[in-house]
Amino acid sequence: MADYYFHLDSLTVGYNGKPLISDIGIGINRGEIVTLIGPNGAGKSTILKSITRQLAIVGGKVHFDGKEIREYSYRDLSCKMAVVLTERMRPELMTCHDIVATGRYPYTGRLGILSREDEDKVMEAMRAVHAEELGSRDFNAISDGQRQRVLLARAICQEPDIILLDEPTSFLDIRHKLELLAILRKMAKAKNITVIMSLHEIDLAMKISDRILCIKGDHIFKEGTPDEVFEEELIRELYSIDNGFFDPLFGSIELPKPGKKNVGQEAAQRKDTENAAGEQEAKTLVLSSCGSGIPVYRRLQKENVPFIAGVLYKNDMDYRLARLLADRVITEEPFEELSGRAIKEALEAVEACDRVIDAGVVIGTANRGMEKILAAARAAGKLETIS
Amino acid sequence: MDYHAENFRRRTRYTFVFILLAAAFIIITILNINTGNVHIPVERILQIIFTKTGSRDELNIIWKIRLPRILMAAILGGALSLSGFLLQTFFENPIAGPFVLGISSGAKMVVALVMIYFIGHFGKASSYTLIIAAFIGSLMSTAFILACSRVVKAMAGLLVAGIMIGYICSAVTELVITFAEDQDIVNLHGWSQGSFSGMNWGNVYIALAVVGVTVALTFMLSKPISAFQLGEAYAQSMGVNVKAFRICLIMLSSILSATVTAFAGPISFVGIAVPFLMKRAMNTSRPLVIIPATFLGGAVFCMMCDLIARMAFAPTELNISTVTSIFGAPVVIFMLVRRQKSR
Repeated sequence: MADYYFHLDSLTVGYNGKPLISDIGIGINRGEIVTLIGPNGAGKSTILKSITRQLAIVGGKVHFDGKEIREYSYRDLSCKMAVVLTERMRPELMTCHDIVATGRYPYTGRLGILSREDEDKVMEAMRAVHAEELGSRDFNAISDGQRQRVLLARAICQEPDIILLDEPTSFLDIRHKLELLAILRKMAKAKNITVIMSLHEIDLAMKISDRILCIKGDHIFKEGTPDEVFEEELIRELYSIDNGFFDPLFGSIELPKPGKKNVGQEAAQRKDTENAAGEQEAKTLVLSSCGSGIPVYRRLQKENVPFIAGVLYKNDMDYRLARLLADRVITEEPFEELSGRAIKEALEAVEACDRVIDAGVVIGTANRGMEKILAAARAAGKLETIS
Repeated sequence: MDYHAENFRRRTRYTFVFILLAAAFIIITILNINTGNVHIPVERILQIIFTKTGSRDELNIIWKIRLPRILMAAILGGALSLSGFLLQTFFENPIAGPFVLGISSGAKMVVALVMIYFIGHFGKASSYTLIIAAFIGSLMSTAFILACSRVVKAMAGLLVAGIMIGYICSAVTELVITFAEDQDIVNLHGWSQGSFSGMNWGNVYIALAVVGVTVALTFMLSKPISAFQLGEAYAQSMGVNVKAFRICLIMLSSILSATVTAFAGPISFVGIAVPFLMKRAMNTSRPLVIIPATFLGGAVFCMMCDLIARMAFAPTELNISTVTSIFGAPVVIFMLVRRQKSR
């Protein structure tokens, strides 16, 4: 473990000496992006604040570039570590250029006057975050997305080895979230800067991070690469999700199945009185393939209509969503011809349902059987075609 | 965007404002010296100041009365404004100041107590004794405000606490003055309302030494002050030892406001209004520029107010706080309204 560039060694963090999260251990290499995820109030910020020495460490150690973090003077630490914090700063009469320039603080002289070289580094940092045109604007008058970029430029300009960001994407719209994370990633890899941050968006965390630290309760719930961490069950447990789904393959979050009453707490209270009567039986069958079913599933979900999906190959993208949203999925193994079992099941479903929706089935040699199912539905006068 | 052009534009503005302030300083000094019960024309003022020759009466009026008073107004006005600027940095709020936070009143109370005790026992109290007394009083009020700030997070609550402690201290001061001996009252009464009258060269030298050193130290702190303007957490991440720095800020601002109170009594609103006006005039909050500008601006502001205090209803003299309030309080109200609007 000693070979790691940055290393948390059974770290305990908390407020006023009271431990909040204990036994945090992780080793981080240079240039890695590590993301802390976990429910609100889990203590992501507490960990970050302890690493930046804003909070006193309750127990354990933070090793960083060969030294314990408390052995660094504030000044030496400032040459190695920069931060982007959640607290809104409202500086008076400062332009964005002024804000970025404060990043040069550890390198300027007694009175903090910028040298020509410092000025160049400020400009370079602003270019790196695409904020050149913001230079002369008042920092209080720019948008949230621009503000985060300027603050990141400030951190970059401090020329640190490691940057800590506390929920940098909180106030941003999706475009600016992507922009900021793309810049971070580019910077981490190009300049070999280690990034430790907390994120709310697990889908983005999965895509940008080299390592993930899941925090829940008083301990580290799970630590590992995104592949190891983003398991459907693990994420549901981490965030105590009982009213929806997480698809690790696409990193997408889904609302609960339609027609089900067990939605979170409300359901628990109602269960006694309404019980089984609350759950509707699926009376709609959706036939689709190759993604054509997805918009139909979503529409039915919004209308709260439970449905059966079929006949789907297990490698069809429709299947990934149907599995989470459909009441029941009629499936077939990939690349096989539709079996008699699947066709029979589907025909039974046609019989049982009031509506059969053809969401656009692509028929090839393997799934000729679909024609039979469609014909049966048409004959029964239940078929609705969506083109 | 070429930053060298931008820098040039800014420096031109700073220079322009400094020149204006210096010009105002000179004009008000001359105006201050040549007006009064005895009118002295400008050419004779210059002659008396630079050659120390002229009629005996005029020489005495200028050298013994008007010049020390005007210099004192300048030094103390600057000190008071700077003390306000430091407190605003400390509380990260532009409405903080030594008067509204009750710091001036705390100093006033301790000075009144010490003055009565010393005059009663030794017949007089030296300037140093009074400065130290005022310093202790300032620190007491500051400690109280800081204790409150641990519980009361909102600035509005802190201001109310400050105003309340101000009232308590003023009440105690009034009480001891009421029961003080006759000869004390003459001294204390004018002083406890705030006034620049009765200054001598001894006062000027002491004030100049104390304020001079403190201002120089403050100027040397302009770099960490600039870091602190982004908030405590960022300041620390830039390598500022926040705890030590906070103590420095409180000490420096207390020494400045204590010196003012020891010599001239409590003076209201200068500490808030002047830093605000200077930041607007310079269009920056950079301490490197604002510290000297605030000092100079405060000097000009107080000299002007003192001139008005002396001349408006001559021969009756007004309290200096009466005049500074008339000019300073509207600035503070304007500031509050603007801040609310910009949210």
